[in-house]
Amino acid sequence: MDQEAFPGGIHFAQKGSDTVMAQSLLKAVDVKKSFAGVNALKGINLEIYPGEIHCLAGENGCGKSTLIKVISGVYTPTSGHIEMGGKSYNKITPIEAIMNGVQVIYQDFSIFPNLSVMENLAFNSELADKRKLVNKKRMRQIAQDAIAKINFDVDLDEKVGALSVANKQLVAICRALMFNAKLIIMDEPTTALTRKEVNALFQIILDLKAQGIAILFVSHKLDEVFEISERFTIMRSGELVATGNTAELDDKKFTYYMTGREIEDLTFTPENVSEEPVLEVQNLKLDGYFDNINFSLKRGEILSITGLLGSGRTELALTLFGMRKADGGTIRIDGKDVILNAPDKAIENGIGYVPEDRLTEGLFLPRSIGDNAVIAEIDKLAGKLGLLADKTRRDEGERLIRRLSVATPDANNACNTLSGGNQQRVVLAKWLAIDLKVLILNGPTVGVDIGSKRDIHEILHNLAKEGLGIIIISDDLPEILANSSDILIMRGGEITASLKPSETNVAELSGYMM
Amino acid sequence: MLVKKLMRQNETYIFFVIVLLAFVIQARSGQFFTPNNIVDLASALVVPGLMAIGAFMVIISGGIDVSFPALASLSIYITTSTLLDMNYQGGMLLPIVMVCVLGALFGAVNGFLIAQFNLPPLIVTLGMSSVFRGFMQGALNSRQLATIPEGMSSFGTSALFVAQNRTSGLSSRMPVSFLILIVVLIIIFFVLKYTMFGRGLYAIGGNETSARRAGFNVWKIKFLLYVIVGVIASLAGLIRVCMMTQCHPTNMLGMEMMIIAGVVLGGTAITGGTGSLTGCMFGTILIVMVQNSLILMGIPTFWQGVFLGMLIIIGTGISAYQVVRANDPARKNLGRARL
Repeated sequence: MDQEAFPGGIHFAQKGSDTVMAQSLLKAVDVKKSFAGVNALKGINLEIYPGEIHCLAGENGCGKSTLIKVISGVYTPTSGHIEMGGKSYNKITPIEAIMNGVQVIYQDFSIFPNLSVMENLAFNSELADKRKLVNKKRMRQIAQDAIAKINFDVDLDEKVGALSVANKQLVAICRALMFNAKLIIMDEPTTALTRKEVNALFQIILDLKAQGIAILFVSHKLDEVFEISERFTIMRSGELVATGNTAELDDKKFTYYMTGREIEDLTFTPENVSEEPVLEVQNLKLDGYFDNINFSLKRGEILSITGLLGSGRTELALTLFGMRKADGGTIRIDGKDVILNAPDKAIENGIGYVPEDRLTEGLFLPRSIGDNAVIAEIDKLAGKLGLLADKTRRDEGERLIRRLSVATPDANNACNTLSGGNQQRVVLAKWLAIDLKVLILNGPTVGVDIGSKRDIHEILHNLAKEGLGIIIISDDLPEILANSSDILIMRGGEITASLKPSETNVAELSGYMM
Repeated sequence: MLVKKLMRQNETYIFFVIVLLAFVIQARSGQFFTPNNIVDLASALVVPGLMAIGAFMVIISGGIDVSFPALASLSIYITTSTLLDMNYQGGMLLPIVMVCVLGALFGAVNGFLIAQFNLPPLIVTLGMSSVFRGFMQGALNSRQLATIPEGMSSFGTSALFVAQNRTSGLSSRMPVSFLILIVVLIIIFFVLKYTMFGRGLYAIGGNETSARRAGFNVWKIKFLLYVIVGVIASLAGLIRVCMMTQCHPTNMLGMEMMIIAGVVLGGTAITGGTGSLTGCMFGTILIVMVQNSLILMGIPTFWQGVFLGMLIIIGTGISAYQVVRANDPARKNLGRARL
């Protein structure tokens, strides 16, 4: 089927979202899905119209992914049905979904990093045609046609693994468009993109809309929902809590629908700030990354460092934690010069670090939550002869995860059973175990939903009040403005501005970053 | 342009290493660039070369096979002893068919376990290696077969041509089986490059989930892969037995490490998805050269192990280091920093 089969769709796309709804492209009616007695979807009704940009929002574990998988035929719903292309399906196979023009762009893009752009693009259609042999000429033609649809300029012989994240995503989008797509589902497409790349993606989404293609945009980022979508649907614990036009939605309602609770804005006001700085950095330098870095941090303060990717902010954090050895300058802790050339030196001096990608860098995911929590103080827990008593370790683990209210029935569960926000808490827990002076957090709330984000901020505020010096590396400007006592902006390896949050705004901050 | 492209490829470097080593051996012994030595090398390459092709395909798919020497030993032992029992007088056709059928059968067991139950290939093939060996020694009561059917031994000793070293008077035969290596190489080269099955191996090695979503029949590809590897390994075993004109049930065991080392040395990523057949062959040639030529240099054979081990660690270490460097986000971002 092609687009002509949906005259209503083109009509709708031209008139915009406030016209009377045309015939829907896809309709999920009372869809339920349970896994081993757990209800992941509790009767979802969702309609998607041709050419609309529809945002599907909800916190982690609310059933968004399950719903996508039901629509795309990966899961069979326990009850309910799906209407597509004038037919009603009690269960739909992935092939039927594709035939009806449904394409999913997964978070990992489902690409082959080791193969060329050409092969990545051409495989699906070659396999759909049940071809046994490779015809380079035909594959090149298929790939050429695919990238031409969105004017994507890329070398077809380049390996996909060598492309930037944004370009990998474009490869996935091109591939999705090859099958006369009518609905493209994008699962959190902006997670790994820079702001500039997000703008480019949004432009492409608008172009697709102009061609009558509907987009189901999965996100939990408030600003994106408002920026791009015309209609929205918000889910919470397997139920659809709200759906409607984005124009009728505001921040407060959005947050309420997402979390089911009123979340008041939290602003950090420093208390118990110490007289003497706990950390002083002078003329710090790492060749090729940053130079002439000066700042000081007192106990009870939260210092935010921001800048674009490549500005040197991450390397600065890593240098303070001893992961990279500074090429010049001094670091002082409580007025004493220290040399931080390895992480254990930094820990010895009371510096802790929560990495950017908590999933790969900060946790031993297959190990238990308790084990992860105690890892930083493992030396202290050891008894005589350096042996570790099982009970001591377990008790300490439980104490720590209770302190940060990590939501788990059992500290012995593996860390990867936790949601994103709770994993972040375990990472924090492991640093609270030791006597810390300075805690550095790199992108503390990346990929964390609103509710957990609020909780993490509150924890950080309390830690500061208890006398910890905190450094946050983040490019979430509203987060920085609400949660710091000082802001440093880095660009090209230098500090370009040092501001108080009360004296600045998002526009000014981004001005210094560019 | 071409030079630049070549300099980016692992194969180029390993080729230089081979050339360098050749000149070192030549300088030390004066024996490397002699007709009989070259032919000796080619002859010694046949069996490891064939086995490396199989190991290469498995590694490309993201798997690993450590059972192929045991598998080959079993199929060749069954074939030889059966043929001896029936007092077989014919040519090579029946032995080849028998060994291929058996190899396919045993490979299918590996393939079924790996594809059907999604078990880790290392565990399955490690276990099956033990099963094959135990079956051969226990159920078949295997022992060394000092004679093999006439047809097989005459195939093993027949030569395409004989190379003569005029100064030393030594001569070496180029075995007919070298042609089998060439034919298998050409076929697998074509399969890997121009069939969806071959591209599927690369796709699965790159990202198995994506391969499934793209529509590759992952079950079928994996199953078929281990069947093919079983066939190739058994064929190699048959050639080895023919060339040695006797069948020893255990002397191929343990070859897997050397073969896999050669494949990895040739630039094949042990994690799957990346590597070329050319590199795989170069890596194997390098291993065979070291094994054969240290003798020419008058270095005691027990140093072979040390040299090979070092070669493997340095060779794979360099490529591993390059991978780490390529994936270092700090280095990637360096281009963006305005310093």
